[in-house]
Amino acid sequence: MKISPEEVAKVARLARLELSQDKIDQYAAQLGDILGYMDKLGELDTSAVAPMYTPVDHVSVMRDDVVEKRYAREDILKNAPETDGAFFIVPRIV
Amino acid sequence: MPELCSRSLTHIRQALAEKTVSAAEVTAAALTRIEATEPAVKALLSLQADEAKARAVELDAAGPDPCKPLWGVPLIVKDVLATKGVPTTCGSKMLENFRPVYDATVIERLKDAGAILLGKANMDEFAMGSTTENSAYFTTKNPWDTGRVPGGSSGGSGASVAACQAYGALGTDTGGSIRLPASFCGIVGLKPTYGRVSRFGMVAYGSSLDQIGPMTRTVEDAARLLQVIAGHDKRDSTSVDAPVPDYVAALGKRKDLSGLTIGLPAEYWDEGLSPEVAEACANAVKKAEELGAKTVRVNLKLSQYAIATYYIIAVAEASSNLARFDGVRYGHRDTTADSLIDMYVKSRSTGFGEEVQRRIILGTYVLSSGYYDAYYRKAAQVRRLLRQDFEAALTMCDVLAGPVCPTTAFKMGEMTSDPLQMYLMDIFTISTNLAGLPGMSLPVGLGRETGMPVGLQLTGRAFDEATMLQLAHVLEQNVPATGLATL
Repeated sequence: MKISPEEVAKVARLARLELSQDKIDQYAAQLGDILGYMDKLGELDTSAVAPMYTPVDHVSVMRDDVVEKRYAREDILKNAPETDGAFFIVPRIV
Repeated sequence: MPELCSRSLTHIRQALAEKTVSAAEVTAAALTRIEATEPAVKALLSLQADEAKARAVELDAAGPDPCKPLWGVPLIVKDVLATKGVPTTCGSKMLENFRPVYDATVIERLKDAGAILLGKANMDEFAMGSTTENSAYFTTKNPWDTGRVPGGSSGGSGASVAACQAYGALGTDTGGSIRLPASFCGIVGLKPTYGRVSRFGMVAYGSSLDQIGPMTRTVEDAARLLQVIAGHDKRDSTSVDAPVPDYVAALGKRKDLSGLTIGLPAEYWDEGLSPEVAEACANAVKKAEELGAKTVRVNLKLSQYAIATYYIIAVAEASSNLARFDGVRYGHRDTTADSLIDMYVKSRSTGFGEEVQRRIILGTYVLSSGYYDAYYRKAAQVRRLLRQDFEAALTMCDVLAGPVCPTTAFKMGEMTSDPLQMYLMDIFTISTNLAGLPGMSLPVGLGRETGMPVGLQLTGRAFDEATMLQLAHVLEQNVPATGLATL
């Protein structure tokens, strides 16, 4: 599978990443190699195989919907790049 | 090296319990050892010396507690595990100033067991890598030869334990990240069955693959650490509510290997091994036969598809997990941006390193509309077939054995230019994670050519770590001693 620099740029945008043109070209070549290697899975007929998304075949674990206050607001906010002491602050949206 | 530092975890906990040595003495010796070796090894991203000393004094004042199986034992943990109030960087600039407000479940359990945490170990950024060269801070060196890599991604943990900076460490293993550095550094590393250990508080990479496990200098040490961290946790819904056997007691129940059958996967033994790895591993298997084990050739026919399957699933899960790093609630924020989207983009582009960005892009690609079925769904289907392969093989034997890696530790910089070449080094370890089975690396001597440690990989049935540990314990005492790195 070949992947074009335009596709790399598009996927990067979807992933909220911004790449220089050099990086885009470099990744396109590297990802092309990697995807080419991955294409070998096409050799296997898996039409009758159910996908396995996790090794533990457990059902959804349910618990009572109870509110617990485990952490203090000021402690949580300490890790934030910008706050007003009560909320996370982000660049203006509207 | 001070004799106190080179002892096993099992020995030191006994000495501590009997008060022949104090927690303060052991901690001071470990910190001195760290100071002496760290310039050469660079295993640690942060050191909590003052906290460790204070904790040791506290423990000594209270006296040894027989209910605390790690009372006074200094340990190191990988920097991917949340430690309350202590930097947790994941080897990334993205989390340079992050201090979690809670402890990971495994950290709580170590503390409850009386352990003393000395510091946080270096790692490939967000656990993505096989050499620790992808750390955003510095590269850890292999204590056996500082021109070589320690393996990764838990390379800091592996190098620290091999350098006798601590009596054990926790690593994490998504595709071999405990077993590979254990093999390269000549120590024991165990990846538990998926679901055996809670991942609450571990920064996620590949959620259907990740497990936390012990890295130690002896098999019994690994059993003791596993004993403390294993078990159900309601905060991790993938942790399984099943009884945890007494692993240490299990070790005492077996003096030889009679009645055990070891499966030798043809695909792991027949080609591509460096002669020194093949020789050391084959000698270990021969020794196992002399000790009463039966061996049987088995096939894992789909092994050739494992790397492709693994890297599709791992990067897909990584791209989802790492979406949370947006510069809003924690982590790095680029302050030059003037809109919200621009802030996300710039923060992520300047906060994540190159390999992480490559995997996020690849993961986003294989999950994107139009490619999802061809890559992600296809890989999930092949994953089921791979597990069936292992299940079939494990009906013919109790444990599988093979090399951890085709080579011993390679030289720094040898693999950094070609990501695909690097991914191929994980060939023997990744299937264990895809199948969710327990695996471990046992040192079986030094390679004839490089003089570097060789690890034998054991893979057990799901939730049967005990049999794997028993086999490793008996074998450990009968293979050529790997010894300690001279530093």
